[in-house]
Amino acid sequence: MSDGGGDAKILAGGQSLVPMIKLRFASPEMLVDINNLPGLDYLRLGEDGRLHIGALCRHGALERSSLLATHQPTMAAAAPLVADPIVRVRGTLVGSLCHADPQGDWASVMTSLDGLVVAQGPKGRRAIPVKEFVRGPFQNALAIDEIAVEAVVPAPQGVSAGGYLKLERRVGDFATAGVAVSINRVGSNVTRAGIALTGVGGSTISADDAARVLVGGPLTAEVIGEAAELAAQAAQPHTDHRGSASFKRQVVRVFTSRLLTRLLLSEEEAA
Amino acid sequence: MSNLYEVLPAEAADDVPVRKVTIRVNGESLSAVVEPRLLLAHLLRQGFGLTGTHTGCDTTNCGACTVLLDGQPVKSCTLFAVQADGHDVMTVEGLAGPSELHAIQEGFKEEHGLQCGFCTPGMMMTTKALLDENPNPTEDEIRWALSGNLCRCTGYQNIVKAVMWAATKLQDQ
Repeated sequence: MSDGGGDAKILAGGQSLVPMIKLRFASPEMLVDINNLPGLDYLRLGEDGRLHIGALCRHGALERSSLLATHQPTMAAAAPLVADPIVRVRGTLVGSLCHADPQGDWASVMTSLDGLVVAQGPKGRRAIPVKEFVRGPFQNALAIDEIAVEAVVPAPQGVSAGGYLKLERRVGDFATAGVAVSINRVGSNVTRAGIALTGVGGSTISADDAARVLVGGPLTAEVIGEAAELAAQAAQPHTDHRGSASFKRQVVRVFTSRLLTRLLLSEEEAA
Repeated sequence: MSNLYEVLPAEAADDVPVRKVTIRVNGESLSAVVEPRLLLAHLLRQGFGLTGTHTGCDTTNCGACTVLLDGQPVKSCTLFAVQADGHDVMTVEGLAGPSELHAIQEGFKEEHGLQCGFCTPGMMMTTKALLDENPNPTEDEIRWALSGNLCRCTGYQNIVKAVMWAATKLQDQ
């Protein structure tokens, strides 16, 4: 990567990068294919409760994972909604984070989970919060001699709950709008909350104000309404061929409310 | 070595780097000298003459170029030929011999699972991967598996029927 002088790109799944190169939106001087590096395709739950996703862990592996189905509901909900089944055979979560497309699903999911990207370079390893890693549209925080080797989801305090909803015109289209919700609960008390938005701004949006109103008490219809309104306010949508700005803002409002209401109802059912 | 193909642009300069790749295509080991930027779809079509693999959208949407890489469906317009070096590739030509039909091909014929036919090779290769993994899929599972393959004639109903026909035939065999 150092030899590339900043004009080298890592090729993992290639499902976003290769089309961009073909369309001449990207023209890296050098591509470094990591597909033959062994030992990077893992999905692993550490003894400390942290979830590790290797740089070659494909969307399809996440979609089929029983570990995610039981331990990480937001990721489990998002995995089958990424692109289409054939793209999911090749594409990777870490690659999606690096690509930093404002319409990428994983950046929102990992933002809502306070996830981290582990970068490795000649000076060693460092963990970068996804919120800082995604710098803007198609911009990440990697130095030119660093590569992203894994993503990490911190151990939950209490029980993880959450979900992901995406509106798309057809399978494989970019999101018209998407919402990721992740909360931790001890009993019915929400100890941590994250809400992030896909495709409704120049970059992935962390709806921090919306998440904050959920923390410190149980979910109620009232706080859910408040969070949905704040999430809609955090969106910065533009009118385009996928819909008007006000429509997309409304989708964010409805999706946030729907996801949180599902969590409230499942809690009531369990009780 | 059975065959060595050369796939270079006509105007290739002397300083264009090339790589030799050897791919097991439909059970036969084929080699080619290619530019690293050459896409697998183009090697298959222009290099190896396997024009059953279609390039439709060229933007990773339509799935007409779907082939199996080590048994898994991939869009061959979104993979460099050098990435298939040392791997197994199966194209639609590999489903059955030149004078035979595979059960999947028979299903598409019997149920009229095509109109213009352009998307059909990709549909059939994704179907192959589906039925290898799940020999008795439900209609929902078929629609889910084929959701990365687009048919502009919108003949999805008969495509689903064709896959079900093939599944039944394969199970009876």
